[in-house]
Formats: sequence, structure tokens, C-alpha cells
Amino acid sequence: MLWHFASRLIQLVVVLLLLSIVTFILMKLAPGDPVLAILQASDGALSQRDQETIREELGLNTPIYVQYGSWLRNVLNLDLGKSLTNNREVWTILMERLPATVYLFLGAIAVLFIFSVPLGWLAAKYKGRLPDTFSRLFAILGASIPSFWLGLLLVYVFSYQLNWLPTMGSGTIMHLILPSVTLGFVIAPEYIRLLRAGLIETLSQDYILAAKSRGITNRSILFRHAMPAALMPIVSLLGISMGALMAGSVVTESLFGWPGLGSTAIEAIRLRDYPVIQGYVMLSGFFFLATNWLSDIGLVILDPRIRLQKVGRI
Amino acid sequence: MRRNKKEPAWINRNHLFNYPMLIVGSAIAIFFLILTLMGSWLAPNDSLLIQMQDRLLPPSYTYPLGTDHLGRCILSRLLEGAHTTLGLSLAVIAVVTVIGVPIGLLSGYIGGRVDAVLMRLADGSGALPEFLIAVAVAGILGPGLINVMLAVACVKWIGYARVVRGIVTSERQKEYIMASVVAGSSIGNVIGRHLLRQIASPLGILIAGDIGRTILLISALSYLGLGAQPPAPEWGAMLSDGRPYFQAASQLMIYPGLCILMVVLACNLISDGMRELLDVRGQSTINFRNGRKGET
Repeated sequence: MLWHFASRLIQLVVVLLLLSIVTFILMKLAPGDPVLAILQASDGALSQRDQETIREELGLNTPIYVQYGSWLRNVLNLDLGKSLTNNREVWTILMERLPATVYLFLGAIAVLFIFSVPLGWLAAKYKGRLPDTFSRLFAILGASIPSFWLGLLLVYVFSYQLNWLPTMGSGTIMHLILPSVTLGFVIAPEYIRLLRAGLIETLSQDYILAAKSRGITNRSILFRHAMPAALMPIVSLLGISMGALMAGSVVTESLFGWPGLGSTAIEAIRLRDYPVIQGYVMLSGFFFLATNWLSDIGLVILDPRIRLQKVGRI
Repeated sequence: MRRNKKEPAWINRNHLFNYPMLIVGSAIAIFFLILTLMGSWLAPNDSLLIQMQDRLLPPSYTYPLGTDHLGRCILSRLLEGAHTTLGLSLAVIAVVTVIGVPIGLLSGYIGGRVDAVLMRLADGSGALPEFLIAVAVAGILGPGLINVMLAVACVKWIGYARVVRGIVTSERQKEYIMASVVAGSSIGNVIGRHLLRQIASPLGILIAGDIGRTILLISALSYLGLGAQPPAPEWGAMLSDGRPYFQAASQLMIYPGLCILMVVLACNLISDGMRELLDVRGQSTINFRNGRKGET
């Protein structure tokens, strides 16, 4: 078991290293000379000699692997460089924006469960009948609708026509509703299907039959016995969904002017603020891999079937 | 074909009309394909022609779907945009299939060290979500659909290689393959005559779904300004261009979004319908970690 976690952890570190190499190389490929960029930021016309000095200071004359090494050392010390636009520490900027994204994720996950638990349950209960077809169509629709269009429609209906919710910005819980729905709705289909399949499988198990024969009510069977077992695979899906959440958050945040990491990335791309883009890619890559690792561990801890057998490589 | 006990006898499971999702999906897909192919011929106006005196017009005879904030014909722009979105998405998936399938076949069939190396390579590059990679590439190398799609293709082939490899490794050990090998078939023969047929249906399902997902990705990136650049008429870019004018002219919002929705819906319906028709084990590709027994 411990070996399993350790090997997954090693894998995590290797992939993170790979990510750092890729972002580093991409930065090197970026158009424009970093020295000229710095000069432009400090709006001084410096001579050729000064440029050479800066190049020397930045270590741009050393071989590429040396540059990578010192860059990696900085990254590990949470020194991601300074923004080219306002000269602030990239790490500080990202940490300022992180809470908003976390709230958005929590809101989206709440919406996700509000949609998927009832629909998944209905589909499983009335398998092959109208509610099942309905939830299936709903799932297909959810998987097909572009999230930014859904967001625009929601804004159009709830902000412009009904005037119930604010169109953009942040601050109150009212601001969080539309972005959370936009983000949660698009991810919900996978959960509906997974929950349906999980419930159908668990409800056909012998222990459910045994519980029924002991006279336990249907509701108690559903919530005490079937639901926890059916929710199990969702733990691993949450890890995988992290990618979808991140992708969705970039779109949703820029759509609603939500001051999170995703909108920071888009702003940085518009302004060609390379250190911020790089910081965003590294940070979200790290979060993605870390959540996957955690959900892997969570699954093993929660699921007695996996916990009791010797865990090999999944 | 498995027959459900509760089903009345007159339902013939082999009849195509019992798969409404497949029918509806294909109908929509064919409709849009025809529109795309005949797009430049059907377009009533020049998609790039700016006419400020005609801005934000409601639908009329000259402009069947109205005009945008620069007086450009929305229908013509939609038809033109179909080339970009659908064409690029199909191209990416075609490239990815051509790369992924042979690698998966070799990896699964030869096994051993080749397999180990290829799959470790796949683990590494497939570990990150493609959207993140697209953002990184667009951010650093500059916005543009070609850059971004190259990056996506670099990641996406892995999924194809994995699916193919999975099927090949399990099929390879079955008797009919061994019999074929013993009877003296070459590798090419075994792959071409037996394995490709096993791969075809899961691959078809994957491809149909992926075309839809790639369309969503392209339009989302273009909406964010990372993909197609103005004035190119791309559906997602049209939505972001027209956003300030939605209240005044809702046609700017409705039609491009509806186009994306319909095309992706068609892909998903075809993918799901094929899964039903071919009765592939495991109803959904997303359930890959959740081994289930029997029918659901």
C-alpha cells in the first residue's frame, strides 16, 4: 500500500519535472528578447554594453541546462520572477487570485451535485423509462453546450431580462451563482452517468436484497447503503475533473470578470506577460497533478475493496 | 445482438431505426457537412464586408439572419466559420488517429520493451489536461489556431494509442489470433484482417466524441481570443466580438452558439448511438476506472 502511494508520488514528481522543462523551453522559444523587454519595462534606452551587463546578471550567457537549473531552484523557492507589466512578484499575484478560483470551484462542485445526484438517482430508479431517457438527454445536452454560450444565455436571462443576478464582478454570494452554474453544469453529465451506473450496480447487489428483506425502508437503503457505494467512483472522477474545472474556470472567469487564476492567465496572455503565464501553467499543473494523487489516495482509503486487497499498480 | 426480455417481439434490434440518437445525430451532422461544403456558394453576402450603415439589422431578405455590429451578414459569417471550426477539428482528429493508431497497434502487438517505452512516454505527456497545454502554447508562442491545435494533437494521440493498445493486448491472446499466426499469417495480415476489425468500433465511438470535444475546444479558445484571430469568422470568436451588443441584437448571441451546440450535439449523439448499436462493453468511455459487470 505504502509502496503504491510512494510510486505514485514519484510519478507525480517526474511529471512535474517534465512540465517544468516544457514550460522552460517554451519560454526560451517565446518571441522577443527578455533583455529588451526589461529595458522597455524600465523605459530607458540603454547602450549595448548595459544590455550585455544585464544578460550577464540574468545568466543568459551560460549553457541552457545551467539556466534551467538556476531557474528550477528559484521556482522551488517560490520565486517565479516578476510580472513584466507591473513589476510585482508573480507568486504574490497568483496567491492573491487563488481564493476566488477556489470559491468558484466549490460553487461549481455544489452545483454539480445538485444536478447530478437527483438525475443520476432518477435514472437508476426508473431505468429504461422516461426519467432515464430524460436524464440521458440532459447529460448529452450538457456535454454538447459550449460553456461560454451557456454563461452568456444565463446572463441574458437572469441579469438582463429578469434582473435577478449581477452580470459581472465579484464580492457577494450573488455574484458567485451564475459562474458556478456555468462551470458546474458542463461537468455534470459525466457524474450523472457514473452515478446512474454505480447505483444500478449497487442496487443489484445481494446485501441490498438482504437489507430489503430485513424490512429496511427504501430511503434508508438508498442513502445509507447504495449512495455511499455509488459515490465511490466519483472520488476518482473528481481528481480527473480537475482538468475540466481548470479549463472551464479560464472561460467562466473571463466571461464573468471573476478575479481568479483563469482570468489572470488570460489577461497575462493578452499583455504578453510571460512570467505570469509561466507561473500560472506551473501552478495549475501542480494543482492538477496533486489533486489526482490525493483522489487516488482518497479512493484507496474509502473503498474497502481496494483497501483490503494488496494494491498493485492502478 | 442481446435482446432484452421485456422487449416485445416486434422490435428488431438489428434495425437501424431503433437507434433514434444515431439517426438524429447523423441527420444533423450531414446537414452541417453539406452547409460546410457548399458554404461559400450558399453564402448570400461577403462574410468580411463591413457596412456600417447596415449594422445590427434584424433578419431580412438580404440578410437572412441579420447583421452584426459592423454590418456584416451573420449567415455568411456562420457558413464561412464552419470551414474553420469543422475543418480544423476534423483535420486534428485525422492527424491524431493516423499517429495514435499505429503506435497503439505496435505497442500492443509487439509488447515487451517497445510497449513499456511507448506507454511511459504516453504517461508523461498525457498527464496534463490539454486545455492547460493549449493555454501555455497560446500564451507563450502567441495566439493562433495552428499553434494551439498542434499542441493539442501532441497530447491527444495518446488517448488513441491507449485505446488501441488495450484492445490489441487483450485480443492478441485469444485463440483465433493464435490460430491465424500458427497458420502462417504475417503480422500485417493479423493486424489488417483481425485486429483492425476489433478496433474499428471503439475507435469510431472515440473519434465521433472527440470531434465534438475538439470543436468545443476550438471555439472556447477563439472566444478567449487565443484561437482564430479577427476578422476571421469563427463561431466562438463571433460570440466574443458581439458580446457588447447582445441586448440590442440577440441574433448575435443566438446563432453562433446554436451552431456550435448543434454540431457538438450531433457528434455526441452519433458517439452514444454507435455505442448502443455496437453494444460495446462499458457504456461510457468516462467509466474507464470503474470496471462494471453486465449490462447497465
